[in-house]
Amino acid sequence: MHPAASVILFTTASGVGYGILALAPLLVAFGLLPDDNRWLGGALMIPALGLVTLGLLSSTFHLGHPERAWRALSQWKSSWLSREGVMAILSYPPALAYAYAWIVLGAVDGPWVWAGFATVLTAVGTLFTTGMIYRSLKPIPAWATDWTVAGYLTLGPLTGLVVIVAVATGFGLHPVRFQTLAIILVIAAAVAKNAYWSRQLKVWEEHSQTTGAAVASPGNTVRSIEWPHTEANYVLKEMGYRVARKHAEPLRHITRNLLLVAPAAIFCVLPSILPLPYLIWAVIPGAVLTLAGVVVERWLFFAEAKHVVSLYYGVD
Amino acid sequence: MTCLPEKTTRKLGLVIDLDTCVGCHACVTNCKEWNTGGHMAPLTDTNPYGAEADGVWFNRVHSYEVTTPEGNSQSLHFPRSCLHCEDAACVTVCPTGASYKRTSDGIVLVDEDKCIGCKLCSWACPYGAREYDVFEGVMKKCTLCVDRIYNENLDQEDRVPACVLTCPTGARHFGDLGDPQSDVSRLVRKREGRDLMPEMGYQPTNKYLPQREKSGAAGTETNQSPALAPLEDTSGASGLLGWVDRMLERMD
Repeated sequence: MHPAASVILFTTASGVGYGILALAPLLVAFGLLPDDNRWLGGALMIPALGLVTLGLLSSTFHLGHPERAWRALSQWKSSWLSREGVMAILSYPPALAYAYAWIVLGAVDGPWVWAGFATVLTAVGTLFTTGMIYRSLKPIPAWATDWTVAGYLTLGPLTGLVVIVAVATGFGLHPVRFQTLAIILVIAAAVAKNAYWSRQLKVWEEHSQTTGAAVASPGNTVRSIEWPHTEANYVLKEMGYRVARKHAEPLRHITRNLLLVAPAAIFCVLPSILPLPYLIWAVIPGAVLTLAGVVVERWLFFAEAKHVVSLYYGVD
Repeated sequence: MTCLPEKTTRKLGLVIDLDTCVGCHACVTNCKEWNTGGHMAPLTDTNPYGAEADGVWFNRVHSYEVTTPEGNSQSLHFPRSCLHCEDAACVTVCPTGASYKRTSDGIVLVDEDKCIGCKLCSWACPYGAREYDVFEGVMKKCTLCVDRIYNENLDQEDRVPACVLTCPTGARHFGDLGDPQSDVSRLVRKREGRDLMPEMGYQPTNKYLPQREKSGAAGTETNQSPALAPLEDTSGASGLLGWVDRMLERMD
Protein backbone atom coordinates (compact mmCIF):
# COMPACT_ATOMS: atom_id res chain seq x y z
CA MET A 1 0.00 0.00 0.00
CA HIS A 2 1.21 3.48 -0.82
CA PRO A 3 2.30 5.22 2.40
CA ALA A 4 0.76 8.69 2.01
CA ALA A 5 2.76 11.22 4.05
CA SER A 6 -0.42 12.87 5.33
CA VAL A 7 -1.79 9.58 6.66
CA ILE A 8 1.49 8.77 8.45
CA LEU A 9 1.59 12.27 9.95
CA PHE A 10 -2.09 12.02 10.90
CA THR A 11 -1.87 8.71 12.69
CA THR A 12 1.42 9.56 14.45
CA ALA A 13 0.41 13.05 15.60
CA SER A 14 -3.07 12.08 16.65
CA GLY A 15 -1.70 8.92 18.31
CA VAL A 16 0.49 11.07 20.57
CA GLY A 17 -2.38 13.49 21.22
CA TYR A 18 -4.96 10.82 22.05
CA GLY A 19 -2.30 8.99 24.06
CA ILE A 20 -1.87 12.04 26.29
CA LEU A 21 -5.65 12.52 26.52
CA ALA A 22 -6.11 8.86 27.42
CA LEU A 23 -3.45 8.87 30.15
CA ALA A 24 -3.27 12.36 31.70
CA PRO A 25 -6.72 12.26 33.44
CA LEU A 26 -5.91 8.76 34.77
CA LEU A 27 -2.49 9.85 36.05
CA VAL A 28 -4.16 12.82 37.77
CA ALA A 29 -6.82 10.56 39.28
CA PHE A 30 -4.12 8.22 40.65
CA GLY A 31 -2.18 11.17 42.04
CA LEU A 32 0.80 10.73 39.71
CA LEU A 33 0.29 14.15 38.10
CA PRO A 34 -0.59 17.20 40.24
CA ASP A 35 -3.85 18.88 39.13
CA ASP A 36 -2.98 22.06 41.05
CA ASN A 37 -0.17 22.94 38.66
CA ARG A 38 -1.83 25.02 35.92
CA TRP A 39 1.38 25.33 33.90
CA LEU A 40 1.87 21.58 33.80
CA GLY A 41 -1.79 21.21 32.75
CA GLY A 42 -1.23 23.71 29.95
CA ALA A 43 2.01 22.06 28.86
CA LEU A 44 0.19 18.72 28.47
CA MET A 45 -3.38 19.52 27.41
CA ILE A 46 -2.61 22.27 24.90
CA PRO A 47 -0.06 20.22 22.89
CA ALA A 48 -2.40 17.19 23.10
CA LEU A 49 -5.35 19.13 21.71
CA GLY A 50 -3.03 20.78 19.16
CA LEU A 51 -1.72 17.40 17.96
CA VAL A 52 -5.15 15.80 17.56
CA THR A 53 -6.32 18.92 15.69
CA LEU A 54 -3.20 18.83 13.50
CA GLY A 55 -3.88 15.15 12.88
CA LEU A 56 -7.49 15.77 11.92
CA LEU A 57 -6.52 18.60 9.56
CA SER A 58 -3.67 16.66 7.96
CA SER A 59 -6.02 13.72 7.38
CA THR A 60 -8.02 15.99 5.10
CA PHE A 61 -4.93 16.93 3.05
CA HIS A 62 -5.06 13.75 1.00
CA LEU A 63 -8.78 14.12 0.24
CA GLY A 64 -9.87 15.03 -3.27
CA HIS A 65 -12.53 17.34 -1.78
CA PRO A 66 -11.52 18.54 1.72
CA GLU A 67 -14.42 21.02 1.71
CA ARG A 68 -16.83 18.07 1.83
CA ALA A 69 -15.05 16.43 4.79
CA TRP A 70 -18.05 17.10 7.06
CA ARG A 71 -19.99 14.48 5.09
CA ALA A 72 -17.64 11.83 6.52
CA LEU A 73 -19.49 12.08 9.85
CA SER A 74 -22.72 10.76 8.36
CA GLN A 75 -22.20 7.01 7.76
CA TRP A 76 -21.29 5.82 11.25
CA LYS A 77 -23.74 2.92 10.92
CA SER A 78 -21.51 1.08 8.47
CA SER A 79 -18.16 2.82 8.09
CA TRP A 80 -15.26 2.69 10.59
CA LEU A 81 -13.77 5.78 8.96
CA SER A 82 -16.98 7.64 9.71
CA ARG A 83 -17.02 6.29 13.28
CA GLU A 84 -13.45 7.50 13.73
CA GLY A 85 -14.50 10.99 12.63
CA VAL A 86 -17.46 10.96 15.03
CA MET A 87 -15.30 9.75 17.95
CA ALA A 88 -12.66 12.38 17.18
CA ILE A 89 -15.29 15.13 17.30
CA LEU A 90 -16.89 13.65 20.45
CA SER A 91 -13.54 13.77 22.25
CA TYR A 92 -13.32 17.57 22.03
CA PRO A 93 -16.01 18.69 24.55
CA PRO A 94 -14.75 16.58 27.51
CA ALA A 95 -11.08 17.23 26.65
CA LEU A 96 -11.71 20.99 26.46
CA ALA A 97 -13.70 20.88 29.70
CA TYR A 98 -10.93 18.95 31.44
CA ALA A 99 -8.27 21.34 30.11
CA TYR A 100 -10.41 24.28 31.36
CA ALA A 101 -10.62 22.81 34.87
CA TRP A 102 -6.90 22.01 35.05
CA ILE A 103 -5.56 25.20 33.46
CA VAL A 104 -8.13 27.89 34.31
CA LEU A 105 -9.72 26.63 37.55
CA GLY A 106 -6.44 25.15 38.77
CA ALA A 107 -8.12 22.05 40.20
CA VAL A 108 -9.82 18.95 38.82
CA ASP A 109 -12.57 17.94 41.22
CA GLY A 110 -16.30 17.20 41.38
CA PRO A 111 -17.92 16.97 37.92
CA TRP A 112 -14.63 17.80 36.20
CA VAL A 113 -13.38 14.34 37.16
CA TRP A 114 -16.19 12.90 35.01
CA ALA A 115 -15.03 15.07 32.11
CA GLY A 116 -11.65 13.42 32.63
CA PHE A 117 -13.13 9.91 32.39
CA ALA A 118 -15.07 10.94 29.28
CA THR A 119 -11.81 12.25 27.80
CA VAL A 120 -10.13 8.89 28.46
CA LEU A 121 -13.02 6.93 26.91
CA THR A 122 -13.32 9.05 23.75
CA ALA A 123 -9.53 9.13 23.27
CA VAL A 124 -9.28 5.33 23.54
CA GLY A 125 -12.39 5.08 21.34
CA THR A 126 -10.76 7.17 18.63
CA LEU A 127 -7.59 5.03 18.68
CA PHE A 128 -9.77 1.90 18.52
CA THR A 129 -11.81 3.14 15.54
CA THR A 130 -8.60 4.16 13.73
CA GLY A 131 -7.29 0.62 14.12
CA MET A 132 -10.62 -0.84 13.00
CA ILE A 133 -10.49 1.07 9.70
CA TYR A 134 -7.45 -0.98 8.72
CA ARG A 135 -8.49 -4.15 10.50
CA SER A 136 -11.73 -4.34 8.49
CA LEU A 137 -10.03 -4.34 5.05
CA LYS A 138 -10.06 -7.99 3.99
CA PRO A 139 -8.17 -7.44 0.70
CA ILE A 140 -5.07 -6.48 2.73
CA PRO A 141 -4.46 -9.72 4.67
CA ALA A 142 -1.62 -8.26 6.79
CA TRP A 143 -4.02 -5.71 8.28
CA ALA A 144 -7.03 -7.96 8.80
CA THR A 145 -6.13 -8.98 12.34
CA ASP A 146 -6.89 -7.81 15.88
CA TRP A 147 -3.13 -7.17 16.28
CA THR A 148 -3.60 -4.16 14.02
CA VAL A 149 -6.04 -2.68 16.53
CA ALA A 150 -3.76 -3.71 19.41
CA GLY A 151 -0.91 -1.82 17.72
CA TYR A 152 -2.91 1.41 17.57
CA LEU A 153 -4.22 0.97 21.12
CA THR A 154 -0.73 0.45 22.59
CA LEU A 155 1.44 2.76 20.49
CA GLY A 156 -0.84 5.78 21.04
CA PRO A 157 -0.63 5.60 24.86
CA LEU A 158 3.10 4.66 24.71
CA THR A 159 3.98 7.74 22.65
CA GLY A 160 1.64 9.82 24.82
CA LEU A 161 3.39 8.58 27.94
CA VAL A 162 6.93 9.40 26.74
CA VAL A 163 5.80 12.97 26.03
CA ILE A 164 4.07 13.20 29.44
CA VAL A 165 7.25 11.92 31.17
CA ALA A 166 9.45 14.40 29.27
CA VAL A 167 7.15 17.31 30.17
CA ALA A 168 6.68 16.21 33.81
CA THR A 169 10.45 15.80 34.26
CA GLY A 170 10.86 19.33 32.94
CA PHE A 171 8.50 20.42 35.72
CA GLY A 172 10.73 18.77 38.29
CA LEU A 173 8.71 15.58 38.82
CA HIS A 174 10.84 12.49 39.17
CA PRO A 175 10.05 10.13 36.23
CA VAL A 176 10.41 7.06 38.43
CA ARG A 177 6.76 7.53 39.36
CA PHE A 178 5.78 6.58 35.77
CA GLN A 179 8.04 3.53 35.72
CA THR A 180 5.37 0.87 36.25
CA LEU A 181 3.11 2.31 33.55
CA ALA A 182 6.08 2.60 31.18
CA ILE A 183 6.98 -1.05 31.72
CA ILE A 184 3.37 -2.16 31.11
CA LEU A 185 3.01 -0.11 27.92
CA VAL A 186 6.40 -1.10 26.46
CA ILE A 187 5.64 -4.79 27.06
CA ALA A 188 2.12 -4.43 25.60
CA ALA A 189 3.43 -2.60 22.52
CA ALA A 190 6.21 -5.17 22.07
CA VAL A 191 3.71 -8.04 22.22
CA ALA A 192 1.31 -6.33 19.80
CA LYS A 193 3.92 -5.36 17.21
CA ASN A 194 5.87 -8.62 17.33
CA ALA A 195 2.66 -10.63 16.96
CA TYR A 196 1.63 -8.40 14.04
CA TRP A 197 4.99 -8.79 12.32
CA SER A 198 5.36 -12.53 12.78
CA ARG A 199 1.81 -13.04 11.46
CA GLN A 200 2.47 -10.68 8.56
CA LEU A 201 5.48 -12.68 7.40
CA LYS A 202 3.36 -15.73 6.66
CA VAL A 203 -0.15 -14.39 6.17
CA TRP A 204 0.16 -13.87 2.42
CA GLU A 205 0.96 -17.54 1.85
CA GLU A 206 -1.59 -18.79 4.38
CA HIS A 207 -4.63 -16.62 3.86
CA SER A 208 -4.51 -15.17 0.40
CA GLN A 209 -4.90 -16.84 -2.92
CA THR A 210 -3.04 -17.40 -6.10
CA THR A 211 -3.38 -15.58 -9.39
CA GLY A 212 -5.18 -18.73 -10.54
CA ALA A 213 -8.01 -18.20 -8.04
CA ALA A 214 -8.11 -14.52 -8.91
CA VAL A 215 -8.77 -15.28 -12.59
CA ALA A 216 -11.28 -18.12 -12.07
CA SER A 217 -8.66 -20.75 -12.92
CA PRO A 218 -7.90 -22.30 -9.52
CA GLY A 219 -5.53 -25.25 -9.43
CA ASN A 220 -3.61 -24.11 -12.47
CA THR A 221 -0.33 -22.23 -12.62
CA VAL A 222 -1.07 -18.78 -14.01
CA ARG A 223 1.72 -16.52 -15.23
CA SER A 224 1.08 -12.91 -16.14
CA ILE A 225 2.34 -12.27 -19.66
CA GLU A 226 0.79 -8.90 -20.46
CA TRP A 227 -0.63 -6.12 -18.32
CA PRO A 228 -3.63 -4.11 -19.50
CA HIS A 229 -1.50 -0.98 -19.53
CA THR A 230 2.15 -0.25 -20.24
CA GLU A 231 2.54 2.47 -17.57
CA ALA A 232 1.61 2.40 -13.89
CA ASN A 233 -2.07 3.17 -13.29
CA TYR A 234 -3.96 4.29 -10.16
CA VAL A 235 -4.36 0.75 -8.84
CA LEU A 236 -0.63 0.04 -9.08
CA LYS A 237 0.42 3.41 -7.67
CA GLU A 238 -1.96 3.16 -4.71
CA MET A 239 -1.96 -0.57 -3.99
CA GLY A 240 1.24 -1.90 -5.58
CA TYR A 241 3.86 0.02 -3.60
CA ARG A 242 6.84 -2.27 -3.09
CA VAL A 243 9.93 -0.21 -2.18
CA ALA A 244 9.82 -1.00 1.53
CA ARG A 245 9.73 -4.75 1.14
CA LYS A 246 13.33 -4.78 -0.07
CA HIS A 247 14.50 -3.19 3.19
CA ALA A 248 11.73 -4.55 5.40
CA GLU A 249 13.94 -6.53 7.76
CA PRO A 250 16.44 -3.74 8.64
CA LEU A 251 13.55 -1.28 8.94
CA ARG A 252 11.77 -3.58 11.37
CA HIS A 253 14.98 -3.72 13.44
CA ILE A 254 15.18 0.07 13.46
CA THR A 255 11.53 0.28 14.54
CA ARG A 256 12.01 -2.30 17.24
CA ASN A 257 15.04 -0.44 18.66
CA LEU A 258 13.54 3.03 18.44
CA LEU A 259 10.06 2.15 19.54
CA LEU A 260 10.59 -0.58 22.10
CA VAL A 261 14.23 -0.90 23.20
CA ALA A 262 14.87 2.86 23.55
CA PRO A 263 11.81 3.56 25.76
CA ALA A 264 12.45 0.35 27.68
CA ALA A 265 15.97 1.56 28.55
CA ILE A 266 15.18 5.22 29.01
CA PHE A 267 11.79 5.13 30.72
CA CYS A 268 11.84 1.78 32.52
CA VAL A 269 15.46 1.52 33.68
CA LEU A 270 17.21 4.92 33.79
CA PRO A 271 14.82 6.61 36.29
CA SER A 272 15.94 4.17 38.98
CA ILE A 273 19.63 4.79 38.27
CA LEU A 274 20.17 8.43 37.36
CA PRO A 275 19.56 11.40 39.70
CA LEU A 276 16.85 13.85 38.66
CA PRO A 277 18.93 16.71 37.20
CA TYR A 278 20.45 14.38 34.58
CA LEU A 279 17.22 12.63 33.71
CA ILE A 280 15.83 15.50 31.68
CA TRP A 281 18.70 14.90 29.21
CA ALA A 282 17.59 11.30 28.84
CA VAL A 283 13.81 11.58 28.65
CA ILE A 284 13.66 14.32 26.01
CA PRO A 285 15.85 12.45 23.47
CA GLY A 286 14.02 9.30 24.57
CA ALA A 287 10.68 10.81 23.61
CA VAL A 288 12.07 12.02 20.26
CA LEU A 289 13.50 8.55 19.48
CA THR A 290 10.18 6.88 20.33
CA LEU A 291 8.25 9.25 18.07
CA ALA A 292 10.76 8.63 15.25
CA GLY A 293 10.17 4.91 15.82
CA VAL A 294 6.42 5.35 15.38
CA VAL A 295 6.93 7.21 12.09
CA VAL A 296 9.04 4.32 10.74
CA GLU A 297 6.53 1.80 12.13
CA ARG A 298 3.62 3.59 10.43
CA TRP A 299 5.53 3.82 7.16
CA LEU A 300 6.28 0.08 7.27
CA PHE A 301 2.66 -0.65 8.20
CA PHE A 302 1.57 0.77 4.85
CA ALA A 303 4.52 -0.02 2.63
CA GLU A 304 4.74 -3.68 3.68
CA ALA A 305 1.03 -4.45 3.41
CA LYS A 306 0.25 -6.26 0.15
CA HIS A 307 -3.17 -5.87 -1.48
CA VAL A 308 -4.70 -8.92 -3.19
CA VAL A 309 -5.21 -6.91 -6.39
CA SER A 310 -1.47 -7.39 -6.99
CA LEU A 311 -2.36 -11.02 -7.85
CA TYR A 312 -3.77 -9.73 -11.13
CA TYR A 313 -0.38 -8.22 -11.87
CA GLY A 314 1.37 -11.56 -11.35
CA VAL A 315 2.55 -11.09 -7.76
CA ASP A 316 1.91 -14.42 -6.09
CA MET B 1 -26.83 5.26 3.98
CA THR B 2 -23.94 3.05 2.98
CA CYS B 3 -25.53 0.02 4.60
CA LEU B 4 -26.18 -2.58 1.92
CA PRO B 5 -29.74 -3.51 0.90
CA GLU B 6 -30.78 -6.85 2.42
CA LYS B 7 -32.04 -7.99 -0.93
CA THR B 8 -32.12 -6.42 -4.34
CA THR B 9 -35.10 -6.91 -6.66
CA ARG B 10 -32.83 -7.85 -9.54
CA LYS B 11 -29.14 -8.68 -9.74
CA LEU B 12 -27.96 -7.14 -12.98
CA GLY B 13 -24.48 -8.16 -13.98
CA LEU B 14 -22.13 -9.56 -16.56
CA VAL B 15 -21.15 -13.08 -17.49
CA ILE B 16 -17.74 -13.19 -19.13
CA ASP B 17 -16.69 -16.18 -21.19
CA LEU B 18 -12.97 -16.74 -20.70
CA ASP B 19 -13.07 -19.46 -23.34
CA THR B 20 -14.23 -17.07 -26.04
CA CYS B 21 -12.39 -13.88 -25.11
CA VAL B 22 -9.51 -13.20 -27.49
CA GLY B 23 -8.09 -10.25 -25.59
CA CYS B 24 -8.74 -7.67 -28.31
CA HIS B 25 -9.51 -4.85 -25.84
CA ALA B 26 -12.55 -3.72 -27.86
CA CYS B 27 -14.67 -3.80 -24.67
CA VAL B 28 -12.03 -1.65 -22.93
CA THR B 29 -12.07 0.89 -25.73
CA ASN B 30 -15.83 1.11 -26.12
CA CYS B 31 -16.24 1.34 -22.33
CA LYS B 32 -13.94 4.35 -22.24
CA GLU B 33 -15.64 5.85 -25.30
CA TRP B 34 -19.15 5.60 -23.88
CA ASN B 35 -18.40 6.40 -20.25
CA THR B 36 -16.23 9.42 -20.87
CA GLY B 37 -19.49 11.03 -21.98
CA GLY B 38 -21.78 9.08 -19.64
CA HIS B 39 -22.99 8.98 -16.02
CA MET B 40 -19.46 9.25 -14.53
CA ALA B 41 -18.07 11.56 -17.24
CA PRO B 42 -15.35 12.50 -17.89
CA LEU B 43 -12.87 9.62 -17.64
CA THR B 44 -9.86 11.88 -17.54
CA ASP B 45 -6.36 11.03 -18.75
CA THR B 46 -2.99 12.24 -17.49
CA ASN B 47 -0.45 12.98 -20.21
CA PRO B 48 -2.32 10.75 -22.69
CA TYR B 49 0.05 11.24 -25.63
CA GLY B 50 3.34 11.42 -23.73
CA ALA B 51 5.47 9.18 -21.57
CA GLU B 52 3.81 7.72 -18.46
CA ALA B 53 0.31 8.00 -19.87
CA ASP B 54 -2.31 7.29 -17.21
CA GLY B 55 -6.04 7.65 -16.92
CA VAL B 56 -9.32 6.37 -15.56
CA TRP B 57 -10.64 3.14 -17.10
CA PHE B 58 -13.48 0.95 -15.85
CA ASN B 59 -12.40 -2.17 -17.66
CA ARG B 60 -8.92 -3.67 -18.06
CA VAL B 61 -7.87 -6.84 -19.91
CA HIS B 62 -4.96 -8.91 -18.58
CA SER B 63 -3.27 -11.74 -20.46
CA TYR B 64 -1.89 -14.85 -18.80
CA GLU B 65 -0.30 -18.17 -19.61
CA VAL B 66 -2.22 -20.95 -17.87
CA THR B 67 -0.52 -24.29 -17.19
CA THR B 68 -2.61 -27.18 -15.88
CA PRO B 69 -1.19 -29.70 -13.39
CA GLU B 70 -0.88 -32.14 -16.36
CA GLY B 71 1.44 -29.70 -18.07
CA ASN B 72 -0.88 -28.37 -20.78
CA SER B 73 -0.65 -24.68 -21.37
CA GLN B 74 -2.79 -22.12 -23.13
CA SER B 75 -3.27 -18.38 -23.13
CA LEU B 76 -6.01 -16.72 -21.06
CA HIS B 77 -7.38 -13.27 -21.67
CA PHE B 78 -9.05 -11.85 -18.63
CA PRO B 79 -11.26 -8.73 -18.59
CA ARG B 80 -11.38 -7.17 -15.11
CA SER B 81 -14.10 -4.70 -14.07
CA CYS B 82 -16.53 -4.05 -11.21
CA LEU B 83 -18.38 -7.24 -10.21
CA HIS B 84 -21.26 -5.37 -8.48
CA CYS B 85 -20.81 -7.59 -5.40
CA GLU B 86 -23.72 -8.46 -3.10
CA ASP B 87 -21.49 -7.92 -0.06
CA ALA B 88 -19.77 -4.85 -1.46
CA ALA B 89 -17.31 -3.61 1.19
CA CYS B 90 -16.49 -0.64 -1.06
CA VAL B 91 -19.97 0.64 -0.17
CA THR B 92 -19.95 -0.05 3.57
CA VAL B 93 -16.53 1.56 4.16
CA CYS B 94 -17.61 4.81 2.47
CA PRO B 95 -17.82 7.48 5.20
CA THR B 96 -19.95 9.96 3.26
CA GLY B 97 -22.74 7.97 1.63
CA ALA B 98 -21.30 8.62 -1.83
CA SER B 99 -21.04 4.90 -2.61
CA TYR B 100 -24.27 2.96 -2.75
CA LYS B 101 -25.83 -0.24 -4.03
CA ARG B 102 -29.19 0.13 -5.70
CA THR B 103 -32.06 -1.87 -4.21
CA SER B 104 -33.83 -2.12 -7.59
CA ASP B 105 -31.09 -3.78 -9.64
CA GLY B 106 -28.01 -4.20 -7.43
CA ILE B 107 -25.80 -1.82 -9.41
CA VAL B 108 -23.02 -0.23 -7.30
CA LEU B 109 -22.62 3.47 -8.04
CA VAL B 110 -20.80 6.55 -6.75
CA ASP B 111 -22.55 9.87 -6.18
CA GLU B 112 -19.75 12.17 -7.31
CA ASP B 113 -21.28 15.17 -5.54
CA LYS B 114 -20.86 13.47 -2.16
CA CYS B 115 -17.46 11.78 -2.71
CA ILE B 116 -14.62 13.36 -0.72
CA GLY B 117 -11.93 11.35 -2.53
CA CYS B 118 -10.61 9.49 0.54
CA LYS B 119 -9.92 6.41 -1.66
CA LEU B 120 -10.83 3.96 1.12
CA CYS B 121 -13.36 2.21 -1.18
CA SER B 122 -10.58 1.38 -3.64
CA TRP B 123 -8.61 -0.22 -0.81
CA ALA B 124 -11.66 -2.29 0.16
CA CYS B 125 -12.05 -3.74 -3.36
CA PRO B 126 -10.08 -6.98 -3.92
CA TYR B 127 -10.56 -6.68 -7.68
CA GLY B 128 -9.05 -3.23 -8.28
CA ALA B 129 -12.27 -2.10 -9.92
CA ARG B 130 -12.33 1.49 -8.67
CA GLU B 131 -10.06 4.13 -10.15
CA TYR B 132 -9.48 7.59 -8.73
CA ASP B 133 -9.80 10.64 -10.95
CA VAL B 134 -6.96 13.00 -9.94
CA PHE B 135 -8.46 15.93 -11.85
CA GLU B 136 -11.95 15.69 -10.40
CA GLY B 137 -10.81 14.52 -6.94
CA VAL B 138 -13.44 11.77 -6.80
CA MET B 139 -13.56 7.99 -7.17
CA LYS B 140 -14.96 6.51 -10.37
CA LYS B 141 -16.15 3.05 -11.32
CA CYS B 142 -18.12 0.91 -13.73
CA THR B 143 -21.80 1.89 -13.80
CA LEU B 144 -22.88 -1.23 -15.70
CA CYS B 145 -23.79 1.47 -18.27
CA VAL B 146 -26.79 2.50 -16.20
CA ASP B 147 -27.22 5.27 -18.76
CA ARG B 148 -27.58 2.74 -21.61
CA ILE B 149 -29.52 -0.18 -20.17
CA TYR B 150 -32.60 1.93 -19.28
CA ASN B 151 -32.11 4.46 -22.08
CA GLU B 152 -35.35 4.77 -24.08
CA ASN B 153 -33.58 6.83 -26.72
CA LEU B 154 -31.70 3.71 -27.75
CA ASP B 155 -33.14 0.79 -29.70
CA GLN B 156 -34.07 -2.16 -27.49
CA GLU B 157 -31.13 -4.28 -28.72
CA ASP B 158 -28.69 -1.49 -27.85
CA ARG B 159 -29.83 -1.26 -24.21
CA VAL B 160 -26.87 -3.29 -22.94
CA PRO B 161 -23.53 -2.18 -21.48
CA ALA B 162 -21.10 -0.78 -24.06
CA CYS B 163 -18.60 -3.60 -23.42
CA VAL B 164 -21.24 -6.25 -24.17
CA LEU B 165 -22.49 -4.47 -27.27
CA THR B 166 -19.04 -4.18 -28.79
CA CYS B 167 -17.51 -7.59 -28.02
CA PRO B 168 -16.73 -9.10 -31.46
CA THR B 169 -16.61 -12.69 -30.19
CA GLY B 170 -19.74 -12.60 -28.01
CA ALA B 171 -17.70 -13.30 -24.88
CA ARG B 172 -19.68 -10.85 -22.75
CA HIS B 173 -23.29 -11.38 -21.65
CA PHE B 174 -25.57 -9.09 -19.69
CA GLY B 175 -28.68 -9.93 -17.70
CA ASP B 176 -30.40 -10.58 -14.39
CA LEU B 177 -28.38 -13.11 -12.39
CA GLY B 178 -31.02 -13.05 -9.65
CA ASP B 179 -33.55 -14.70 -11.97
CA PRO B 180 -32.71 -18.42 -12.26
CA GLN B 181 -34.58 -18.61 -15.58
CA SER B 182 -32.70 -15.77 -17.29
CA ASP B 183 -30.37 -16.54 -20.20
CA VAL B 184 -27.32 -15.52 -18.19
CA SER B 185 -28.28 -17.69 -15.22
CA ARG B 186 -28.80 -20.69 -17.53
CA LEU B 187 -25.44 -20.01 -19.13
CA VAL B 188 -23.72 -19.87 -15.74
CA ARG B 189 -25.32 -23.21 -14.76
CA LYS B 190 -24.45 -24.89 -18.04
CA ARG B 191 -20.83 -23.73 -18.11
CA GLU B 192 -20.25 -23.84 -14.33
CA GLY B 193 -19.57 -20.13 -14.03
CA ARG B 194 -17.28 -19.08 -11.22
CA ASP B 195 -16.80 -16.29 -8.71
CA LEU B 196 -13.46 -14.53 -8.49
CA MET B 197 -11.70 -15.07 -5.14
CA PRO B 198 -14.85 -16.49 -3.47
CA GLU B 199 -12.94 -16.81 -0.15
CA MET B 200 -13.00 -13.02 0.16
CA GLY B 201 -16.73 -13.35 0.81
CA TYR B 202 -17.80 -10.42 -1.37
CA GLN B 203 -20.33 -12.55 -3.33
CA PRO B 204 -19.67 -11.00 -6.73
CA THR B 205 -22.67 -10.76 -9.07
CA ASN B 206 -20.58 -11.04 -12.24
CA LYS B 207 -19.58 -14.58 -13.16
CA TYR B 208 -16.69 -15.91 -15.25
CA LEU B 209 -17.09 -18.96 -17.48
CA PRO B 210 -13.92 -21.08 -17.31
CA GLN B 211 -11.98 -22.14 -20.36
CA ARG B 212 -13.19 -25.40 -21.88
CA GLU B 213 -10.97 -28.47 -21.92
CA LYS B 214 -9.31 -28.36 -25.32
CA SER B 215 -9.27 -31.43 -27.58
CA GLY B 216 -6.04 -33.26 -26.96
CA ALA B 217 -5.91 -31.97 -23.43
CA ALA B 218 -5.12 -34.02 -20.34
CA GLY B 219 -1.53 -34.78 -21.16
CA THR B 220 -1.83 -36.07 -24.73
CA GLU B 221 1.07 -35.56 -27.08
CA THR B 222 -0.84 -33.19 -29.36
CA ASN B 223 -1.20 -30.51 -26.80
CA GLN B 224 2.08 -30.95 -24.98
CA SER B 225 4.22 -30.45 -28.08
CA PRO B 226 2.31 -28.12 -30.33
CA ALA B 227 5.26 -27.79 -32.76
CA LEU B 228 4.76 -28.93 -36.38
CA ALA B 229 5.81 -32.47 -37.21
CA PRO B 230 9.00 -32.69 -39.37
CA LEU B 231 8.62 -33.23 -43.14
CA GLU B 232 7.36 -36.70 -43.79
CA ASP B 233 9.62 -39.46 -45.01
CA THR B 234 8.98 -40.16 -48.71
CA SER B 235 11.70 -42.73 -49.36
CA GLY B 236 9.31 -45.59 -50.20
CA ALA B 237 6.97 -43.56 -52.45
CA SER B 238 6.06 -45.05 -55.84
CA GLY B 239 3.85 -44.24 -58.81
CA LEU B 240 3.29 -40.74 -60.15
CA LEU B 241 3.77 -38.97 -56.80
CA GLY B 242 6.97 -40.96 -56.18
CA TRP B 243 8.28 -39.89 -59.60
CA VAL B 244 7.40 -36.22 -58.85
CA ASP B 245 9.15 -36.54 -55.48
CA ARG B 246 12.32 -37.89 -57.09
CA MET B 247 12.28 -35.20 -59.82
CA LEU B 248 11.83 -32.41 -57.25
CA GLU B 249 14.65 -33.78 -55.09
CA ARG B 250 17.05 -33.55 -58.08
CA MET B 251 16.19 -29.88 -58.43
CA ASP B 252 17.10 -29.09 -54.76
